[in-house]
Amino acid sequence: MSEKQPTVTQATLVKKAAPKSDYKPADVSPQRRVQRTFAVRLWSIRHSRLLEWFYSRFADVFLLLHPLWKGIGYGRVEAPVKFVEKRVKGFMFDCRMCGQCILSSTGMSCPMNCPKQLRNGPCGGVRANGNCEVEPDMPCVWVKAWEGSRNMQHGDRILTVQKPVDQSLRETSAWLRVTAQAAAAREAAQNPQNPGASA
Amino acid sequence: MSARQRDENPAGIHLPLDPLPGHTSRGRLERVLRRGEFAVTTELNPPDSADPEDVYNRAKIFDGWVDAINAVDASGANCHMSSVGICALLTRMGYAPIMQIACRDKNRIAIQGDVLGGAAMGVANMLCLTGDGVQAGDQPGAKPVFDLDSMSLLETIRIMRDNGKFLSGRKLTTPPQVFLGAAVNPFAPPFDFRPIHLGKKIAAGAQFVQTQYCFDVPMFKTFMQKARDLGHTEKVFVLCGVGPLASAKTAKWIRSNVPGIHIPDAIIKRLEGAQDQKREGKQLCIDIINEVKEIPGVAGVHVMAYRQEEYVAEIVDESGVLKGRQPWKREMRRDDQMVADRLDHLLHDEITETQVDMVKIAH
Repeated sequence: MSEKQPTVTQATLVKKAAPKSDYKPADVSPQRRVQRTFAVRLWSIRHSRLLEWFYSRFADVFLLLHPLWKGIGYGRVEAPVKFVEKRVKGFMFDCRMCGQCILSSTGMSCPMNCPKQLRNGPCGGVRANGNCEVEPDMPCVWVKAWEGSRNMQHGDRILTVQKPVDQSLRETSAWLRVTAQAAAAREAAQNPQNPGASA
Repeated sequence: MSARQRDENPAGIHLPLDPLPGHTSRGRLERVLRRGEFAVTTELNPPDSADPEDVYNRAKIFDGWVDAINAVDASGANCHMSSVGICALLTRMGYAPIMQIACRDKNRIAIQGDVLGGAAMGVANMLCLTGDGVQAGDQPGAKPVFDLDSMSLLETIRIMRDNGKFLSGRKLTTPPQVFLGAAVNPFAPPFDFRPIHLGKKIAAGAQFVQTQYCFDVPMFKTFMQKARDLGHTEKVFVLCGVGPLASAKTAKWIRSNVPGIHIPDAIIKRLEGAQDQKREGKQLCIDIINEVKEIPGVAGVHVMAYRQEEYVAEIVDESGVLKGRQPWKREMRRDDQMVADRLDHLLHDEITETQVDMVKIAH
């Protein structure tokens, strides 16, 4: 606009690095975004079958520990488990802690990384090179999800229509929730005479 | 008074049609499609104004050529008159709008409210879209909502219609009777997932789909082949998206700037080689229509002629897809016609007509 040189701040550098039109979600700092790579996330998708196998064992162990969680109280273990879950899944999948993990149904590609947070498949804007419409440098989460799901044993889970995200579950542990539900289902199956448990 | 048109409520053009068995809506588009007629839909370029005449004038040019008009919901994330507003105006005049709902701007509370409002105004068709990202439009600083996605939106409206319930489970006293649509893009990766994705949309509730602009017919054929093999075309009406390109330059611009539109080099070469590029673009569109209408499972075309809306009638006419059928056309009512006929006389002829004089003339 004017001849005056503006002061160069970090924000200016970041702004220059990323085109202004590119969407920047509020929860990732633009600076982090500039430096970002997708190596780990893509590794996880390439090894989706291994992770699927690992997770099913892991979920079994978690379920075995149900008496322990129950003893301490699910409310009390929430904080430490969430702490670990957030970091582990954050590193592996760039997890956004939606609290209702569907990684097993999406080829180990976290759908919450989609700028439109689509949980049921790609939008129509995928670029010809398979990158995202909104973030041109990021491979489309759903292109990768499809690839990942093809390696998996239960890859056809990608075909189930997912319910809308329950925003009230954000920042809660999906591991504990799944375990508690599985335990409740198991108990309901063991005592079918209990009218309250089944419905 | 002219003979009443097919698919028109005798009590008033703005009223819903009689319910038919096997139909979920009381609109014209569903009837046309279920009768097995080749349907034509188009898109109304939403005005940047608060004048209803702007909407009526833009709808008028499609009169008698299309079965339904898409009321776009801030397409390309650019601000325009809302789709609910356009539908309110169009339904008053008897048109059959397809209300587009994009998940970008509204959360599930607003969307379910709009579905009820739209259905109450007489909107019989709703098209569920994810919506372009806000970065594509004129206000990239807006907060993207994306509370639902196109699939869960379809399911939400289907539940409202078939189960008479909100997403929360609360009951509706009168469920909306709508014909549900979705969009598909066979021209973007992952290509082998796209037909399966269509199946997912059908499972969520889609009854008709409109595709993205088709410029690559072989690619569309492959998609349709797979969709047929999966048995989708028996459960859903596929309307193929087509449209005229204004010039080779526009085509190149669209190819590099509008995500999700695939234009092969051959098309651009053909346009570049033409004397009159605009004319060639129109001819190209007609040629594509003639090719896609022969593909089994294609139930109609969706003509998107952005800023070339005046060509829609010519394109539909010259391609001959209607096979002599005339879609519903807005006709003036008899009393309106009388006023219109006499208006000039009343305003400009130097006479004072009293009721006594009129009675004398009548005898």
